[in-house]
Amino acid sequence: MEQLLYVAELVMNGLMTGVMYALVALGFVLIFKASGVFNYSQGVLALFAALTLVGIQNGQIPFAHLINAMFGTNLHSFGWTVPSVLAILLTAGVMVLLALAIEKLVLRHLVGQEPIILFMATIGLAYFLEGFGDVMWGADVKTLDVGLPQGISDTAEAWTAQLTGYGFFIDRLDIWAAIVATALVAALVAFSQFTKQGRAMRAVADDHQAALSVGISLQFIWIMVWSIAGFVALVAGIMWGTKSGVQFSLSLIALKALPVLMLGGFTSIPGAIVGGLIIGVGEKLFEFFVGPMIGGATETWFAYVLALIFLVFRPQGLFGERIIERV
Amino acid sequence: MIYREAGDFKASYRADGQTFPLRLDRTAYWALLAVAFLVVPFVITDYWATSVLVPFLIYAIAALGLNILVGYTGQVSLGTGGFMAVGAYATYKLTTMFPDVSILIHVVLAGGVTALVGMLFGLPSLRIKGFYLAVSTLAAQFFLIWLFNKVPWFYNYSASGQITMPERTVFGVLVTGPSTSAPAKYLVCLGFAVILAWLARNLTRGTSGRKWMAIRDMDIAAEIIGVNPLTAKLTSFAVSSFMIGIAGALFFAVYLGAAEASESFGINKSFLILFMVIIGGLGSVFGSFAGAAFMVLLPVLLKNVLVGGMGWPTDLAAHIELMIVGALIVFFLIVEPHGLAQLWRLTKEKLRLWPFPH
Repeated sequence: MEQLLYVAELVMNGLMTGVMYALVALGFVLIFKASGVFNYSQGVLALFAALTLVGIQNGQIPFAHLINAMFGTNLHSFGWTVPSVLAILLTAGVMVLLALAIEKLVLRHLVGQEPIILFMATIGLAYFLEGFGDVMWGADVKTLDVGLPQGISDTAEAWTAQLTGYGFFIDRLDIWAAIVATALVAALVAFSQFTKQGRAMRAVADDHQAALSVGISLQFIWIMVWSIAGFVALVAGIMWGTKSGVQFSLSLIALKALPVLMLGGFTSIPGAIVGGLIIGVGEKLFEFFVGPMIGGATETWFAYVLALIFLVFRPQGLFGERIIERV
Repeated sequence: MIYREAGDFKASYRADGQTFPLRLDRTAYWALLAVAFLVVPFVITDYWATSVLVPFLIYAIAALGLNILVGYTGQVSLGTGGFMAVGAYATYKLTTMFPDVSILIHVVLAGGVTALVGMLFGLPSLRIKGFYLAVSTLAAQFFLIWLFNKVPWFYNYSASGQITMPERTVFGVLVTGPSTSAPAKYLVCLGFAVILAWLARNLTRGTSGRKWMAIRDMDIAAEIIGVNPLTAKLTSFAVSSFMIGIAGALFFAVYLGAAEASESFGINKSFLILFMVIIGGLGSVFGSFAGAAFMVLLPVLLKNVLVGGMGWPTDLAAHIELMIVGALIVFFLIVEPHGLAQLWRLTKEKLRLWPFPH
C-alpha cells in the first residue's frame, strides 16, 4: 500500500514535470506549424527571455561586461529595480523585437530553402543567442523571483494525508505551472480558432502559396508566430528559471522537449501536452522501477529511447498529421 | 593565366573520370601531400601540433564521416559525439586487453565496432525521416554517453571514471601517451586522414555513392529505380560511423591521452562536427577538410585577437566566439548553402577565365 501510494505520488510529480516539458514543446509546435521551421533555438529563447527578465528586474546595464572591457569603465547596474509585472511586459516587448529581427535578418533570406537548411540555421541562431544573452547580461547563475509561490504545498499534503493517510509532496510551483500551461493552451487554441489572425496563421500553416494568393502577408504571420513563440518561451523561462535558477543549463530543456515532440507529433498542440505528460510520468517510473538495476540517472536518455521505439511503429507521432509522400 | 585547361587532352574514360582532371590540380595535390609528409614533420612544434594540426586532422576525419551520412545520404545525425565515444572506448578496451597488438590495428578495429553500433542506431532510419530521425539520433548520443559513464567495465573500474591511454609504439616510435613527440602524433593522424579521404572519395563516386545520393535526392524515387534503401542507408551509416569511430579513437588515444565520456564526447561535439560539415560544404570531401580547418582555426584566431591582442577577459571572448560562430553559420546558410567547397569551386571557375570577365 505504502509503495502504491509512493508510485501515485511519483506519477503526480511526473505529470507536473511533463507539463513543464510541454510548455517548451508548445513553442516548437507553434513555429513548426506556421512556417515549417523546426526551431532548435526555442530552448535558448527561453534562456534569453529569463536572462532579460532578471536583467530588467534588477536594473542591470545591458552589455556592461563588454563596455567595461572595451573602455575600462566599471559599470554594473542602474541602481533601480523594476516591479515584476512591468519587467515581464518589457521582456515580452524585447521578445517581439527579437522576432522582428529574426524574420528580417534570417528567415526572409531563407524562404524556399530545404527544411533541413532552415533547421541548421536555427542551430546557428541558438549559438548566437546564447552568446548574445551572455554578453548582454553576464553568464553568472541568477535567481529569478517574480512572486510565484514555491516550496512544498501544505494544502496538497494535508488534503492527501486526510484522504489516504499518506501526505503527497507536491511543489507549489509545479501546480502553478500546470495552471499556467492549461491557460496558455486554452488561449492559444482560442486565438487560432476564433480570431482573424489565428485563421490566417492556420491558413499559412496549411499552404504558404494558397495563403499568399488570398492576400495574407506571410511576413506578418511569421513575425507574429515568432513573437508568440517568444512569449511561450518567456513563460517557460519564468517557470524553469524560478525552479532551477537562470543559467546556461536552462537552454538544455529544449533537448528534453524534442522527444516530447516526436512522441506527440510535430504538428499537434494537444500532442505536445500529451507527449509531455507521457514522458514526464514515464521517466519517473522507469527511474524508480528499472533505474536502480542498471545504475540510475536514466532520465538523460529514457525519453529519447522511448520516443525512438515509439516512432518505429508510428512514424508521425501520436497526433501528427499523416505523412504522405509523392514522387 | 595561371589556371588553364587548354592542352590537357584526355585519351581514355579513365583519364577523364579521375579526381583531379587538370594537370595543374594534380600537381598541386601531390605537392601538398609531399609537403605534408616530408616537410611539415621536420618543422612542426608542440604548439602547432596540439592546437592546430592534430585537432584539424582528427576533426577532418570525423567531418568526412558525418559528411557521408548528412551530405551524401541526406540523413541528419546529431549523434556524432556518441559514436566518437564508441571509437575511443573500443580502442581503450582493445589495447588494454591485447597490449601486444599494434595500436594501428586497434584503431581500425575500433572503427569497425563503431560501424556496428552505427548500423544498429541507423536501423530506425528505414522508418523515420528528416527531423524525426535527427532527433532520434540524439537517443544514440545520450544513451551511449550514459552507458560509458555508468558501466565500470568500459573504463576498467578506474576510480576516476576516466580512461587513460597507455603508451604504445608503432615501429618503435612512441605514438600515444604523454611523452609522444609532435611529429609522431601528426604523422599518425595524417596517415589516417589521407587514407580515409581517399576511401571516401572513391566510395562516393562509385556505385555505393551514387546509391546514397539517389536516396538523398528522393528516397521513394530511388527505391523505384532499384536502389535498395535498406542496404544503401545501412552502408552509409556503417561507413560514416567507421570514420567517426576512427576519429574518436585518435581523438582519445593521440590527442587527449585521457578522456571522460560526457566531457570529451558530449552533445557539443556533435554540433561542432555538424557545423564543420555545413560550413565546409555538404557532399564534398574537400569541404570536410575546409570546414574542419575553419572551425579549428577560428577559436585560435579569436583567442589570439580578443584575449591576446585586445586584452579582454577569457569568458567574454568565449561568449563573443559563440556569437560569431552562430552568426557565421546563419550567414553561410544564407549566402552559400553549399559552403566553402562551393566558394572554392566558384573561385576556380573565375580563375579559368581570368583576367577576362567572360
